[in-house]
Amino acid sequence: MRTVPAVSRRQALFGGLCLCCVSALARSATDERRLLETEEIATGIHIRRGVHETASADNDDAIANVGFVIGRECVAVTDAGGSLKDGERLREHIRSITPLPVRYVLMSHVHPDHIFGAGAFLADKPTFVGHAALPNALAQRGEYYRDRLEEIIGKGSAGPIVEPTMLVAQRAQLDLGQRVLELRAHPIAHTDNDLSAFDVQTKTLFASDLLFVQRVPSLDGSLKGWLNELKVLASMGAARAVPGHGPASVDFASASAKLHTYLNALLRETRQAIAAGKDIDAAPDMVALSEREKWTLFDEYHGHNVIQAFKELEWE
Amino acid sequence: MGVRIAAALMLASIASTQAIAQAPANEEAKAEQRWSELQRAIFPDRTLNNGQGIIELEAPARALDAALVPLSVTTSGTKPVRKIYLVIDNNPGPLAGRFTFGEAADPSILKVRMRVNTYTNIHAVAEDAEGQLYSVQEFVKASGGCSAPAGSNDPKALEEMGQMRFKLLSNVTLGQPVQAQLMIRHPNFNGMQMDQVTRLYTPAHFIKTIDITYAGQSVMQVESDIALSTDPVITFGFVPRQNDTLKVVVSDSKGNRFERSFDVAAAEQVSEAM
Ligand SMILES: [Zn+2]
Repeated sequence: MRTVPAVSRRQALFGGLCLCCVSALARSATDERRLLETEEIATGIHIRRGVHETASADNDDAIANVGFVIGRECVAVTDAGGSLKDGERLREHIRSITPLPVRYVLMSHVHPDHIFGAGAFLADKPTFVGHAALPNALAQRGEYYRDRLEEIIGKGSAGPIVEPTMLVAQRAQLDLGQRVLELRAHPIAHTDNDLSAFDVQTKTLFASDLLFVQRVPSLDGSLKGWLNELKVLASMGAARAVPGHGPASVDFASASAKLHTYLNALLRETRQAIAAGKDIDAAPDMVALSEREKWTLFDEYHGHNVIQAFKELEWE
Repeated sequence: MGVRIAAALMLASIASTQAIAQAPANEEAKAEQRWSELQRAIFPDRTLNNGQGIIELEAPARALDAALVPLSVTTSGTKPVRKIYLVIDNNPGPLAGRFTFGEAADPSILKVRMRVNTYTNIHAVAEDAEGQLYSVQEFVKASGGCSAPAGSNDPKALEEMGQMRFKLLSNVTLGQPVQAQLMIRHPNFNGMQMDQVTRLYTPAHFIKTIDITYAGQSVMQVESDIALSTDPVITFGFVPRQNDTLKVVVSDSKGNRFERSFDVAAAEQVSEAM
């Protein structure tokens, strides 16, 4: 029998996706600040860095990088947060920085830490923008995610499941007033509904979970697809990138090289395990372990990634 | 699924309701009561002996993916095993599979992947040639395996439904047992996942039987249920007595029938090189 790291029941419920829990600590003023602080990483682009924790009642699932872009006429939110509370905090923060209306709320993909904040912006009547495959993913998983999240952060705290009102099948542009965001709907990669955004003015790429930095990536789409999309992102000539998890702003080439190394090790060593006739349950204990020291929360998510990779690659 | 097995499942779900109604204070007592009710439903009027030394069940203490929990059953050979039953006590359909071995079988190894819905005991029960039953159990921590949303790769399972792969896991020596792996593309919808468009539950559509023969002799008949994972993969043993073909016939709950034959001498072979 293999040994696995001790994780809580609530954590197990999320099946290795972007949510789990840590021991509840008393909420302090410091906590409130760390869940709110944003950084202006380029002119008019403000990013709140998510904490490298699993979802908990203490962090309101504020574990992903979220933020907003200010144009001449309006504001676009680039992921609204991991819970209603997380989204409300972001909205208050926007109000303290600009009087311009929030016209767009981007929903980068279906994972709960990126979309449950959207409910906080319903009153602004913005256009909610998502990948063409997002409605399907939300219908399949939205309620399941909300129930699991509420087991962690409390009944009624997750917020409503907000449907996108503008779907992107390939490419689209949003005009914020002398500032254009180019949107790209990606083929299956991190998930089957990844949407990235590119701010033309500052060459800032909002990669969301197509780019993980420091926090171990989570694979919920296609390993081979993800490796492909990294090439597509690399060709965009970004001056900086906002990853879904990690620092608010990174150099795309060096950050993506580390992710590429992880995904490539996962690909190569899972294929080796399959070729050697290893069982799927033996693979997590032998695949890509050289990456263990490089990523936080590795023990929580890596095993699940190996299972996903194995399922995909055994049919090659 | 045979009528008997269906009746057993129905009884089992009634038993589960009663178990909840009585709700013994202690979790362990509850699990024991659940198992004794399942025993009465699945093996009426039969005695279950302790299977230690005869059958062994390996399962992960905590599932990395509840929709794909690998279970491995080995039998020692001290008793010739004719059937293996897998029971996932707290699943909506507890009897996950019944495996009947034929004259070309090597029942010493059986590996399957199952959906596990919640924290549960899993029982593996061996039946010998005289009809004696031997049981062992393992506890598995998993959650949401039956109701959890289907993965993103699922369209393939439907598009390529009925495709099969066959691999040999050891060298073929005529007359000696050889290990093999069978992969079947099938969504195995269990009726508990929400459909993306209609927002209704996807109707159950699952594999009911898998019939494996070699040179016309039976290797194994599988009667399965909603617990089998999407794109099931089964590892089993058989004894080739001459160079011939292995034939697989799969039938599902919508009346589909998929048939494939594999030339064993030409089959892909993988070996433990790592
Ligand atoms: Zn994600």
